[in-house]
Parts: sequence; structure tokens; C-alpha cells
Amino acid sequence: MTSRSLGQFYPVASPVHDLDPRAKILATAVFVVGLFLIDSTVGLLFVAAALVALVTMSRIPAGTFLLLLRPVLFIVALTVLFQVLFSREGVTLAEWGFFEIRSGGLSLGFFLALRILLLVSSAGLLTATTAPVALADGIEDLLSPLKRVRFPAHEVAMMMTIALRFIPTLGKEAEKIKGAQAARGADFSEGGPLRRARSLVPLLVPLTVGAFRRADELAEAMESRGYRGGEGRTRYRELRFRKRDALALAVTALVLLIGVLL
Amino acid sequence: MEHPGEGTRNGGSFVVSCESVSFSYPGSGRPALSDVSFELRPGEYVGVVGPNGGGKSTLVRLLNGLLKPDSGRVLVSGRDPATEPFEVRKHLGILFQDPENGLVAPFVEDDVAFGLENLGVPRKEMRDRVAGAIRAVGLEGFERREPDTLSGGEKQRVALAGLLAVEPDILVLDEPTSMLDAAGRREVLAYLETLRAEKTVLHVTHHLEELVRSDRILVLNGGELVADKTPERFLSDADLLRENRLVLPVVQRLALEIGLSPARLRTPETLAEAILAKTESGTRAG
Repeated sequence: MTSRSLGQFYPVASPVHDLDPRAKILATAVFVVGLFLIDSTVGLLFVAAALVALVTMSRIPAGTFLLLLRPVLFIVALTVLFQVLFSREGVTLAEWGFFEIRSGGLSLGFFLALRILLLVSSAGLLTATTAPVALADGIEDLLSPLKRVRFPAHEVAMMMTIALRFIPTLGKEAEKIKGAQAARGADFSEGGPLRRARSLVPLLVPLTVGAFRRADELAEAMESRGYRGGEGRTRYRELRFRKRDALALAVTALVLLIGVLL
Repeated sequence: MEHPGEGTRNGGSFVVSCESVSFSYPGSGRPALSDVSFELRPGEYVGVVGPNGGGKSTLVRLLNGLLKPDSGRVLVSGRDPATEPFEVRKHLGILFQDPENGLVAPFVEDDVAFGLENLGVPRKEMRDRVAGAIRAVGLEGFERREPDTLSGGEKQRVALAGLLAVEPDILVLDEPTSMLDAAGRREVLAYLETLRAEKTVLHVTHHLEELVRSDRILVLNGGELVADKTPERFLSDADLLRENRLVLPVVQRLALEIGLSPARLRTPETLAEAILAKTESGTRAG
């Protein structure tokens, strides 16, 4: 897979990559909540500027980062269009028969588009700067207080790890099956959406059967290697919450607070 | 001797023993294993061969408690895997057929650490043992690679490193080369060869040439242990080989074709020497 998409880890060395995953997860949570509390465009622009600075610090090339946003552009465009066409606020700027563009619609559309883009960017920055294993470890750690109410924090993290491990494997297998079916005359690209969905059945059935066989073997291998759940387990990777992690979290909270007040 | 495995806890003579072990899969009329008994002495290298469905994989899974025998008893380092699987798994590691489905973590070093994490080994010790195991299979520099980017042979070496990190005394190899190409097979066998001095090994395979240097070869057919012989006796028993659909390795086949006894000729070198000796004596006679 050469194309990078939303949620993919971008492995370079940077101060942002270096932060404790827990700090980054919490900061992202603060950021997202903050975004919904901000009600002014100025506030959003201020936060956006801070995020741009953060992306620069993360040493992820701007072009690559913008590629992360591509999947949501459609939703953003739809939101803007909807606001522009149906808002009845502000002064009229242009008019075609039933439709009119008003200043209120434009500014509201811009505000919402910015909010969605910031939302996605913050999540994208988290996954782009945090190795999947670290992310899983961080989530397990943050959820571990919930173990007391019998929330399966370790199991959730283990599931994430295994999913991450097998995504490329299953992707390769899907390609193989696709090739095999295509060689027998299957066509995955033509026809309407319904026909295309139906043409996926001969792909998904063997893929699912294969996944179950893999799951069986994986379970045997894990058990054979002494796995028996999270109890009494140690962790290879160390999470250390240092001063700069606390600082990063505090700065994030401060930026969002200013955004809300603006 | 009622319990031949009893003495092993204090360093007795057997590390693994099976006493009249029988097992049937639920819903299957025919037993997968019936009345199988054998022992492994410390440091032995023992091969297991036999046709598909002969009971090889079942035997492997009984040894570490993945399956429990219907009757009879298995003892590994003095412990019963049916009742103490976790303890047994510290002493006995299994290298499975398909490494692709045995690797758990998204990175090589995390996967090698998996067994140690399960045992609750402290992090500092874990770092050293993981590094040591990766070195032992020659994968330095692969620590941060994703399993999906590795060749079959490399994946199997990662799996082997994961076992070695736990430092088991017994290694069970369940057809570890059957999914690999020729190059991958050679590299995995080369690393397994380095371990035979320090481990007790039970090696299940379809390739007899992997066993010519073993101490004994067990044959499982139809769920029964039909032979337990040294490679010399085994390789010269044409009937036994035929009945179990086994094909002599190239060296032995060649030896047989030119009228030499295949039993003692284990390597291409010994065969070459034998041929040389034969032709020399031939020319002298002529």
C-alpha cells in the first residue's frame, strides 16, 4: 500500500511523535470537546493556527497531511453547499430564481467547514504521529480504571493490536482472491452500485472463511505462547508521562480555552 | 515402572513422556490417536513422520495442553499439560506450520516479546532477552519491521525467536518448513540446527532428509505409533517406508540405486566417499 490514508502512522522523528500516547489521546479529546464549545469563527481560526504550528512541529509534510483530509472533503463541500443554499440570514449577495446566496449562509458554511476540518485534522494528527502499538497501549492504560467495573480494557487493546497486525495480511489476501476470481471472469468494476456490491460476494466469502481459519491458528499460537488474558502480564513497551507531556496537555487546554473566549 | 515420567522433576531420565495416550475429536468415530506411548530423553532430537491424518498434529497439541487426552497421560518436565498447561508452556515451545498466523504484534520486536509479556517478565530483563533471541535467529536490524514485509523464512525465524526468548528446554517443530520455499526452508533449518545442542527437539515433518541426523524417528499412522527406530534402521526398512508412504531422501535413494546400503550414508559427502571407495576398489579389481 503506497497511498496514505486517514489514520495511517507516519513514522518520522519529531517532538510530537515523541510525546506519550496518553498525553496525545487526552489532548485530542480536549481539542475535540473544545471545538464544539467554540462559537466564533475567530476562535476557530486561532485554534486552526495553533494546529498548523503543531503539524509543522510534527515534521509531516504539509502535502501528505492534506492528503489525510481528502476523504472528508466531500462532506465538507456538502455542508457548505447546504448552508449557502438554505440559510436565510444576512444580506443577499446573489440570486438565481429560487436560490439565493446570503452572507449569513456563507459565514456559517465557512464556520462549519472549518470545524469539521479541524476535527478530522486533530484525529489525523494523533494517528499519524502515534505508532499503532503505542496507541493501543495508551488506550489500554487510559481505560484501565474502568477494569474495576469489569470493562475489558486489556482485551480491547489486544483486539486493536491484532486488527492492526492483520489488516495488511487480509488486504493482500483480498487482492489474491480478486485476481483469482477475475481470472475466472468475475468483474468487480462494472454495473450499478447494487451489481457491484453483489460482485463482492465471491470476494468476501473466501476472505471471511480464510479469516476464521487464521483466527483459529492465531488463538492456538497465542495460547501456546502462554497467553491467558491481561492478568499478571507485563508490557514490553514503556509509557512514561513526563513533564513535557503534562505541558503539551496544558498548552492544548489553554489554546482551546482562548478559542472559546474569543 | 508405573509412572516413568515421575522422576523428571528432579532431573530424571525423561523430559517428555506419553503413556498409552488416546484421543478422539468430538463427533469423529475414529480415534485420532490410540494408545500411543513414547519418551523423550533430555537433549534428544526425535523425528515424527507419517501420512496426513496419521495423528502428528494431534500429538503436538496434546503435548502443551491445547488438547486433553481421553485416556492415558502426558508428562512434560514432570507436569501434566492437561492440568497445568501454563507451566508446561514455559518449558515446551511449539513452532507451527504457518508463521503468518502465529505472529501477534505489528512489529517484529513486539512479537518476540509476546511470550515474555505473558509470563510477566520485568521490562528490563525482557529487553535483553528479546535482543538475544533476535540475534540468535540472525534478524538484527529487523526489530521495527512489520511481519507483513518479511519473507516466509524470515517470518518463521521471528516465530522461532519468540519461542527462544521464553527459553524452553523442549522445542516441538510442527512441520515448520512446509509453507516455505526452498531458500526459506534452508535458512530455517540452518537456525534450527544450531539449537540441537541445547534443546530437546521433537520434529514433525514430511521431509525425511530433515531427519537423517536425528536420534530416533517415530512413525504415526492411523493414530497408532507403528515404529520407533534409529534413522539407520528406519532408512533401510523398505516395507515400513512403503506402508507409510514415505519417500527416501535423494542421497539414500541414490545409494540404493547404485547398490549401496542407504542406512549409514547420511550426507551427500558420505555418499560421495562411498562411491569413490567403491569405484576405486572396482578399478583395482578390474
